[in-house]
This record gives sequence, structure tokens and C-alpha cells, in this order.
Amino acid sequence: MTKQQANWSPYDNNGGTCVAIAGADYCVIAADTRMSTGYNILTRDYSKITQLAEKSLMASSGFQADVRALQKLLAARHSIYQHQHNKQMSCPGMAQLLSNTLYYKRFFPYYSFNVLGGLDSEGKGCVFTYDAVGSYERVGYGSQGSGSTLIMPFLDNQLKSPSPLLLPAKDAVTPLSEAEAIDLVKTCFASATERDIYTGDKLEIVILNAQGTRREYLDLRKD
Amino acid sequence: MSKAGFDGPPKGGFSFDLCKRNEMLVQKGLRAPSFLKTGTTIVGLVFQDGVILGADTRATEGPIVADKNCEKIHYIAPNIYCCGAGTAADTEAVTDMVSSQLTLHRYHTGRDSRVVTALTLLKSHLFSYQGHVSAALVLGGVDVTGPHLHTIYPHGSTDTLPYATMGSGSLAAMAIFESKYKEGLTKDEGIKLVAEAICSGIFNDLGSGSNVDICVLTKGNKEYLRNYSSPNPRTYISERGYEFSKKTEVLLTKITPLKDLVEVVEAGDAMEE
Repeated sequence: MTKQQANWSPYDNNGGTCVAIAGADYCVIAADTRMSTGYNILTRDYSKITQLAEKSLMASSGFQADVRALQKLLAARHSIYQHQHNKQMSCPGMAQLLSNTLYYKRFFPYYSFNVLGGLDSEGKGCVFTYDAVGSYERVGYGSQGSGSTLIMPFLDNQLKSPSPLLLPAKDAVTPLSEAEAIDLVKTCFASATERDIYTGDKLEIVILNAQGTRREYLDLRKD
Repeated sequence: MSKAGFDGPPKGGFSFDLCKRNEMLVQKGLRAPSFLKTGTTIVGLVFQDGVILGADTRATEGPIVADKNCEKIHYIAPNIYCCGAGTAADTEAVTDMVSSQLTLHRYHTGRDSRVVTALTLLKSHLFSYQGHVSAALVLGGVDVTGPHLHTIYPHGSTDTLPYATMGSGSLAAMAIFESKYKEGLTKDEGIKLVAEAICSGIFNDLGSGSNVDICVLTKGNKEYLRNYSSPNPRTYISERGYEFSKKTEVLLTKITPLKDLVEVVEAGDAMEE
């Protein structure tokens, strides 16, 4: 007789893939819009990207209920920040806040895998990647979620980031133009959709630059 | 001499020693290797002059698409085909085995194979393996007794039906059949309905995808429509293309011979006083 045990789990995985690329004067944040569970599609049109401040956007995959709670908490924290300081939080500031928020739940984590993209105080593109419990790093490009294992090696091959150990430190931003970066993101997602069952339906791309934010969409495979 | 009470090795029946061993290994923490599973939509229906089988073409390994255009409608006999869902190796092996047995049987009898013969061979094989051969099949064909459609479950149970679906997309496909199937469909109506059922699986079940394969079996004739429809082309191709460096990157390394920089003194006879 096998031992009876509590088999209930508070987590689900809703799949999805996120990518962000930082350039000299722009940042591209992209994610697919499929939300699924098991072999079922819950919806084909759910945005995984949220604007946390004027110059920081977060794309999140994982468990969407946790993601939603996280987004709500960060929004509240940012509105308190605005009341106290009468300004928008910077992207590196938001990056630290996100890390602290995730680590606060170290032993009952938010099941969310995030990439934060935006512009720093000099207007340079910046990308931060995270794990579920708040370890983070500033990088030139990053990918998270179910298709990240397919996309990351391709980005590494195309964008070869300099080692973070180099002295003197080299800039992590990619050498691509904005149009080239958007093209690269579209290729990444079209390819990931071919092989990852949890990625598909539609691609949402948000471009952040000195002019503000712009949104683009691309249809992906729906099977 | 009486043999009563003699407890020798069993002469017949199955040995499940290895099952016990495997159970023990799993309990000790062994992770069994994973298989290529065709999370699948397969269907079949009987129409006015025969049987139509249909399948999607996606093969998955967990969340990854292993094959975007695999064949899931297997040959059994010239007048019998079989759709397979489950572990790819099992569906392939089991249909090949039965196909070979039926060929020999045809040589022996000089008659065309019957669908029930294939059905009995498949179910008795699957039953003897107690569900460990994970093949879920939709078997269809036309023989001397008319058109036949059956489903076979991995444990060996079978159904005889006018329309059938199997695999992870079976509910999506059955939803279409239940709302639109009627008796005495024409060939064109039948093909259209099968394609619609498969498409329902392709789009609503993540385990199914890519293209639609169809096989139409009528008396004395078969039509295998490989990639009858391809509703999922790639959505974006970069205009500039990509270059991949063929060279292996060599790390920048400078070797400094230390021997030139220091004077090496031979310290001989260190052990002596």
C-alpha cells in the first residue's frame, strides 16, 4: 500500500516566452500572447508585457496568477514611490525593487520568470534577467520562459555579449540598429514557435526609445 | 512418483520479474528514459462506400516538437490502414508486426486480409503486454464483408464504431464529429469532415499540430492523401537572412614562458647534511 500524501500544488505553468534586447538608444521587449495549461490553450490573446514605469517594462512567463499578483504589487510600490519622490522610478531602480520583491518570498516564491527592459538615466537601453527568487543581472539581451532554451543560444550566436568579467568593463548593449533588433526578435519567435508547443498565436513587441513607447504585433503559428 | 507439491519453474504464462525489478529501481530513484510520444489527433469515419482515416503530423517529446511532419497513418494491408497514437516506437512496431503476419497469412490462404483479423492480432498482442505497449489505434479497412472501423486501447480493449477519435486531441475532434456526422456521407463530405476534425485537434490541442494526413479506403481502392492540407506555414522569414560563423572562436591567450624570467638554481644534494 502506497503512502497517502497531500498531492495538491499551488502552482501551474502557463507557458510563454519573453525576450528583451538593449541597444545604444532603444530597448525592445517582446513576448508571445498564448496562455496555456497542460495541452490546453486558455487564451490566444493575453499580454505578458506590463509597463511598470515610464521607462521600464516587464515581460513575464510562468504562473500567470503569480505574475498578476507581482505586477499589482510593483504598481502599488511604484505609485507610493511617485508620491514620495514626485518622479518616475528609473529602470535600474525598478530592477532592484523587482529583485527585492521576489526575494521577499524566497520560501514561497512567485512562480514567474521575468525580463525587465527599459532605458537608464542616460537614455541607454538596459535589460535585466531574473530567476524566480530574485537573482538578477544586467545584460545586453535576455530570454525567459518555455522557449528560452531555443532562443538563447541563437541570440548568443548572433549577439555575442562581452564577458561581465572583462576589465575595463565593456558595455553590454548590442550593436544592432532598432530595425535589426526587431527583425531578430521576430525571427526568434517564429523559430521558437516551430518547436515549442507553449509558444505561439501572436507576438507582441514593445519598443522603447527617446520618442516614447511603440507597439508592434506579428501573427505566429496557432497550432 | 507423484508430482503433487513439486514447485518447479513455471512452464507457461508470463514472467513479470522485470516489472518487479523496474518498480524496485524506480523506488530507489532511477529515472526511466523518456519516449517520443505522439501527443496526437487521429480520427476515422465510415462513409457511404468505405472508410476515411485522418491524422495530424506533429510528434512531441515533452514540450518540444520532435518532428513537424511525421506519418501517423500506417500500412497494415493493401485494404487496411491504421492510425497510431501513443509512444511512436510502439505504434510503429506493433503495426509493422501485424502487417507482416497478415502478409504471411495472405500467402497461406490466397485471400485478402480481413479487418477483424488485424483487430484480433493487435488486441491480443496489446493485451498480453498489459498496457505496457502504449499504442492507441484507429483501425480502418474495407474487406469482403464491407467497411469496418475500430478503436484499440493500449490494454487491448476494442470498439467498433461508425466514427472514432483517439489521442490527446480526441475530444476536440470528437466535438466536430458529434455535431456534424451523419450516416451515408459522400466521399467529399467525408474527407471534409475528417479534415475539419483533425484541424480542430491541431488548433485546440497543444500535443497536435502541423498538417493533415488523410487515407480513403474504398472497395478495391485506396487513396493516401499525404499532407492533404497544410494550415500552419511559418509566419515570418527575415529578409536579410543570417550568417553563422563557421570558425570556432579561439580564446585570446598569451603564453608567457616563465623559465626565461627566473633563474633556476639546481639545489642538489638537499638531503645530505
